Amino acid sequence: MPATIAEKIFSQKCGRSVRAGDVVMAPVDAAMIHDITGPLAVRVFREMGGERVYDPERIIMLFDHQVPADSIPAAENHVFMRQFADEQGIHNYDLLEGVCHQVVMEKGRAAPGEIVVGTDSHTCTYGAAGAFATGIGSTDMGFVLKFGALYFRVPESILVEVEGAFNRRVGAKDLILSLAGDIGADGATYMALEFTGKAMHDMNMAGRMTCANMAIEMGAKAGIVTPDAATWEYVTARRDIEPFDLAGDPDAEYRERRHYDVTGLAPQVAVPHNVDNVVDVTKVAGTKVDQVFIGSCTNGRYEDLAEAAEVMGNADRFADGVRVIVIPASRTEYLKALRGGLIERFVAAGALVEAPCCGPCMGGAFGLLAPGEVSLSTSNRNFRGRQGSAQASVYLSSPATAAASALYGEITDPREV
Amino acid sequence: MRVWKFGNDIDTDAIIPGRFLTIYDPAELAKHAFEGTRDAFAKEAGEGDIVVAGTNFGCGSSREHAPLALLGAGVKVVVAKSFARIFYRNAVNTGLLPLVCPEAETIRDGETVSVDIAAGFIEVDGRRLAVEPIPGFLKEIVDAGGLVAYAKDLERVETCSTE
Repeated sequence: MPATIAEKIFSQKCGRSVRAGDVVMAPVDAAMIHDITGPLAVRVFREMGGERVYDPERIIMLFDHQVPADSIPAAENHVFMRQFADEQGIHNYDLLEGVCHQVVMEKGRAAPGEIVVGTDSHTCTYGAAGAFATGIGSTDMGFVLKFGALYFRVPESILVEVEGAFNRRVGAKDLILSLAGDIGADGATYMALEFTGKAMHDMNMAGRMTCANMAIEMGAKAGIVTPDAATWEYVTARRDIEPFDLAGDPDAEYRERRHYDVTGLAPQVAVPHNVDNVVDVTKVAGTKVDQVFIGSCTNGRYEDLAEAAEVMGNADRFADGVRVIVIPASRTEYLKALRGGLIERFVAAGALVEAPCCGPCMGGAFGLLAPGEVSLSTSNRNFRGRQGSAQASVYLSSPATAAASALYGEITDPREV
Repeated sequence: MRVWKFGNDIDTDAIIPGRFLTIYDPAELAKHAFEGTRDAFAKEAGEGDIVVAGTNFGCGSSREHAPLALLGAGVKVVVAKSFARIFYRNAVNTGLLPLVCPEAETIRDGETVSVDIAAGFIEVDGRRLAVEPIPGFLKEIVDAGGLVAYAKDLERVETCSTE
């Protein structure tokens, strides 16, 4: 029977054909918990009578939201989680490796056909690896820790076919922001986005992760990029797994088939205070910014930092009065950027380069905004109060647009730099 | 029993801002519910009050602190035109009842609401508004009083691959 990727993944797990709308108790291949939502999941696991987790090797633990600990309660959470990891024999990446979604991907903990859950809404990032990956709450995670399975409603899928080629200094983030604007903040609620088409397959893994990461900003349960040679190259370099075909069937039943062409797409900016409030950069060019944040699970990879550095060209100073915060998404990406000379350029130009973590996007650790301040951020959410004061404003863009804006102190079209 | 009316796309950062996520106690979280966006809520919301919203209530972060903050404030029911997926599930799991009401936008701030789940409607200042039933498998969790109560006595679960 023709099927979408999501239907194929659940069918394969269940050993029988399941369709969109079916509710199944499916086994979970991997489960990610971090320092903010993990402690609650552990408490729930105990309240459920949990003594031993279902399989310590399938649990991924790390800290990234409040690292190094920014308060005594945060430090206590870290201690609590470390004790749980020791007691259960769970490998804990602790605060050493970086932002959870980058770490799960680069450690090869998600692969095509797998079901992965995490207590973080951007868990959908691993769809870039061809996994069915979705964010869940701490109580669902308590259940997963105990039983290794969870109730899922197999979602309907929207096929997103992306053709064409990006213009210079336009890329994955501009595409996904334009999709958010088009589909809307709840246009894909309870559904999976299935990405395919030439422009998706031409994209490197960093760009695919940017796209899958923001599926949740349209309400989607998952955002799966159809696996191809690049996916398998990425995954097999990280773990022992035999490649296989996984693609939606041409005659599968999609809720909708949407076609996009990125040729001629302008740099996109999400303006306050919703992610689907998206305009061409030209519409907001000239808006003064107090802070520029380049980083996060959306855009904190080497490729993103290189994109920002390319826009800087020979410029050796960011604009006066702008705080530029650069945070690589992981230790691995940090080292790549360091060895590639990017970090030195950012620091020399006046940026604050922080150790891998969620940074200002956490809205509680550091890099917070005062009332009336404006931030341009490469992260994924511009909700009121997301990066500090509810009276501050957050704009979202690509690393190229962020770098151009950092040079001029106002939102700037990177094509004009 | 009063209604606290909100608009569309109310995100979980608005319900409970990121800087309070080291708190897990519902009563403590409730002190910061809607802080910065609707400060009166934490001060005045009381036992049995109801949150009513438009579309996509609870979008954004998966933080379960959001339903816990509402529960801590005494809110046991949220009525919305539609819910974001993770919030909906978190609400059911923690014992906060999320009710989909196509006519939610006709409810006004400060009105009085009574809820009759079994009958499938809510009554707002004398008007009866239909609410959609909780879908099958989630109903079992609601009836158990949340996922913890549901899962407590289970030794193991049959998965779709073993059933």
